[in-house]
Amino acid sequence: MKLLRCPINGPRPVSEFQYAGEVRPMPDPDTCSDAQWSDYVFNRNGAPGVKREWWLHIASGIWFIAERDTLEDRVLRTYLYGEAPQP
Amino acid sequence: MSRRLPPVSGEWIDRDVVIDFHFEAEPVRGFAGDTVSSALWASGRNALGRSFKYHRPRGVLSMANHDVNVLLQDDEVPNVRGDVAPLRDGMQLVAVNTFGGVQHDRAKLLDRVSKLFPVGFYYKAFHTPRALFPFWERVFRRMTGLGTVDFSTPHIRTPKRYDFCDVLVIGAGPSGLSAALAAADAGARVVLVDENARIGGSLGYERQGVDAGLDLLRELADRAASHASISLRSGTLAAGYYADHWIPLVDTERITKMRARSVIVATGAFEQPAVFRNNDLPGVMLGSAAQRLIYRYAVQPLRNAIVLAANPDGYGAALDLLRAGARVAAIVDLRYEAEAGEAAAKVAQAGIPVHRGCGIHEVRGSASAVESAVVCPLAPNGELDLSRPLAIECDGVLMSVGYAPAAALLYQAGAAMRFDEAVQQFIPERLPEGVFAAGRVNGVYKLEDRLLDGRRAGNEAAKLLGLTAPVAFPVPRASASPSHPYPVFAHPAAKNFVDFDEDLQLKDFLDAAQEGFDNIELLKRYTTVGMGPSQGKHSNMNAIRVLARLLKRNPGDVGSTTARPFFHPVPMSHLAGRGFHPQRTTPMHERHRSDGAVFMQAGAWLRPEYYRQRGKRKAEIVREEAMAVRRSVGIIDVGTLGKMEISGPDAAAFLERFYTGRFASLKTGMTRYALMVDESGVIIDDGVVARLGEDRFYFTTTTTGSASVYREMTRRNAEWGMRVGIVNATGAYAAMNIAGPKSRDVLAGVTKLDLSEGVFPYLGVREADVAGVPARLMRVGFVGELGYEIHVPADGALDVWDALVQGGRVHGIRPFGVEAQRLLRLEKGHIIIGQDTDGLTSPFDAATEWAVKMDKAFFIGQRSLRILQRKPPKTRLVGFMLEAMPDHEAPKECHLVIRGGDIAGRVTSIAFSPALGRHVGLAFVGPELAVEGGSFTIRADGGRMVTARVARTPFYDPAGERQKPSVQQVAA
Repeated sequence: MKLLRCPINGPRPVSEFQYAGEVRPMPDPDTCSDAQWSDYVFNRNGAPGVKREWWLHIASGIWFIAERDTLEDRVLRTYLYGEAPQP
Repeated sequence: MSRRLPPVSGEWIDRDVVIDFHFEAEPVRGFAGDTVSSALWASGRNALGRSFKYHRPRGVLSMANHDVNVLLQDDEVPNVRGDVAPLRDGMQLVAVNTFGGVQHDRAKLLDRVSKLFPVGFYYKAFHTPRALFPFWERVFRRMTGLGTVDFSTPHIRTPKRYDFCDVLVIGAGPSGLSAALAAADAGARVVLVDENARIGGSLGYERQGVDAGLDLLRELADRAASHASISLRSGTLAAGYYADHWIPLVDTERITKMRARSVIVATGAFEQPAVFRNNDLPGVMLGSAAQRLIYRYAVQPLRNAIVLAANPDGYGAALDLLRAGARVAAIVDLRYEAEAGEAAAKVAQAGIPVHRGCGIHEVRGSASAVESAVVCPLAPNGELDLSRPLAIECDGVLMSVGYAPAAALLYQAGAAMRFDEAVQQFIPERLPEGVFAAGRVNGVYKLEDRLLDGRRAGNEAAKLLGLTAPVAFPVPRASASPSHPYPVFAHPAAKNFVDFDEDLQLKDFLDAAQEGFDNIELLKRYTTVGMGPSQGKHSNMNAIRVLARLLKRNPGDVGSTTARPFFHPVPMSHLAGRGFHPQRTTPMHERHRSDGAVFMQAGAWLRPEYYRQRGKRKAEIVREEAMAVRRSVGIIDVGTLGKMEISGPDAAAFLERFYTGRFASLKTGMTRYALMVDESGVIIDDGVVARLGEDRFYFTTTTTGSASVYREMTRRNAEWGMRVGIVNATGAYAAMNIAGPKSRDVLAGVTKLDLSEGVFPYLGVREADVAGVPARLMRVGFVGELGYEIHVPADGALDVWDALVQGGRVHGIRPFGVEAQRLLRLEKGHIIIGQDTDGLTSPFDAATEWAVKMDKAFFIGQRSLRILQRKPPKTRLVGFMLEAMPDHEAPKECHLVIRGGDIAGRVTSIAFSPALGRHVGLAFVGPELAVEGGSFTIRADGGRMVTARVARTPFYDPAGERQKPSVQQVAA
């Protein structure tokens, strides 16, 4: 079983986590076009590569961001939202 | 005719502990430390099992834990592997897959007619006439196959264990021992596992007639056993490799899930058979099988043997045979060059004739005993020259022609393997981080090199963990290949087996390739090579060589099939675990049970569907429960609703962003219906929001939505960073709804709260003690009567419930279940999310736009609803009524609305309304049908068309007067 590092609790088995999709910035609903909005709502980019994703450590309720290379199946780093470490 | 030898140094058996058991009803005697196979071979028997397809007699092949020639039924346990299973007193063993016993298996006739059953015959034959195929299938399944499953076997669950270490070393041969010592010396916590009953690997049995290896083994084993940082576990199988160094370790008791920080694979190599006619007769075995018999179990493998060799190990095995008192009739060496080295010199001294550049054309014998072998020179094209055959008398053949790496775990870990021509073996080219290979699996064969290679791997693993270890130099791989490139010989009469599990002969591979299955993965599936119980451990490499030769390519280009867990069979009882699906019950659960509740599943919860009454059917009971609420008073457990608290300066603003309604304007002490849509504008949840204070709200969600709503709220708040705290109090609070015209009277008897209409109005929320328990009371109208939803801490809930039921006795209070509640709410036209909505339903479709405030600054899904609002509607949820008709004639949920022969909608809810005396329901219909006073047709069971009239909701008490009656009305 894979391990995932929760920024608060450290490495834990992946069964303790829930995936909640890619981090996708929302376009401004008041200024964007219908097409831009629909693209945001309905389209997902499944191409393998480095993804920024929402993950939840279920046991403690910690939400965080994981940067994951879905081609290599490797987690590059994890951090709390808005606290991305400078590379 | 016992084959047991006098005591041999290092033997695993304990001659002081005699074990008596039965094999096919005959008494047999062995010693503690024996396996079933070693004891049976020691007893002088030849045929220990029958093969899978042709029912040929089989004896010992490898004794290396993957020898499927001997599979036994041990009482209710099927497919016990003879070369692994330790002997147990009183065992009653029977060979699997025989008709009348291993000696006189009536199905042995199949061997004579095997030409009728070529590879893959069942893909082509017996399919016409079609009706007969099930008959043939039953026949095949009876004739082929393994042990018998006893379905009355008790359900055995074994506990799992979890463990952790720095370095897990798999395989405790010379490489593994040396790796473990190096890593432990550098300070790592090491676990060293070996699947065999004792550690040592080839050091214990590859002796070349002397005991030098045994001394080295004792020294290494002593150091490992006394090392404080090494945990030594024999009889423990590393059954697979899972992500991030997660290894299931299987022993006789249980599975231990080992999380290692790094893994050293020192699993060695499997000796491989040569392919020639009758290479499966009892007495034909691997060289290492003979050595294991001699040195582990003190059993003489053969009395007069021929050794077929292609490496120095064959010469060593010949010396071991001599030491065990056997005669070696000849060494037949597939190589042209003379074998140099110490063993060859001793063989020459012993006067054993060596036939260089020769192979074995066939073995001859009677039913289950070898009588001679026919030796022929090997022509330069790799084929045997049959013009000069030499028959040599013998009672068996040892095969020492090459190895295949035990690399399954490396493959599973994602190692890139490459075929090394010099070593004639797949070796790791690139290993995943933290995974190391050492010894034979790494292509390193000389003993001193294996010790060095183990040390190198141990040091590398230690360094990876940040420990200080000596510099690790690469170790040279085998210079002369220990494996012959093609020890495979065709024979016109076939029976030259490549796969012993599945009875696959050389020609089966030629046939399969000719049929176009000439890719290794296709070949495997068509022939089933490697799909037997030993998973190709003795057949995959030869299959690859055969295919490579057919395609005129090299084995590296042909590649190998995917290796998957498990590496060896693992008992089902080890795998069976407990179901960890939570089953939630409310604090009133036992009371419901004693009141006769019939429970139904609602998400993770159990809820009363209705309460049984003697002599009454469900439909009748549900109507009675509903009528109790309409006429007097009823009480329902609604504690499965999601119950949340949100507090903080931004609490109102947060709810406004999440729900479609307006909550900033909600007055303290009041509640409001709340509807939630997702980003695409689809309804996903609903509930009631109660304002307890300026910065404090209490709100409910649907039963099944509570976890996901709470999670999404906390995620959004991680993103939005608003000043709120959200608490999921679903389990901390219980809730019940007391409803009906008499509910106020009943409640008044157990609380001091002023319940008068002016003080506690419809949609109000109050905090007060109820039956001595602090409670939150909400005036809600889900079922359409005067009613109070009472939320209390879970530990006091049963007292409150009992007090209300006690107080309600005089009014004939009835507990009611989910069915009655569904009926009551349907009479009011209230929707249930997920029943009256689906994955595409917007608030406009569901006729709930009144709960959506589009003029708010922002809420999730608002932008999508703006787009939907501009589009012509496609569907609309409407209420409908039927003419009076019996229940069985009425349509049911999900029956289709039909218009002009096309589907124009569907029924989402329907029930007979006792209050209205007819069926009412909700249905999605096209907007052209959603006209008040109009009608549409529903196709009911059997295709009957039923006319429904569109009716305004609520069907019952449209003005809602019963939910907010004045005190006088209730009294009247």
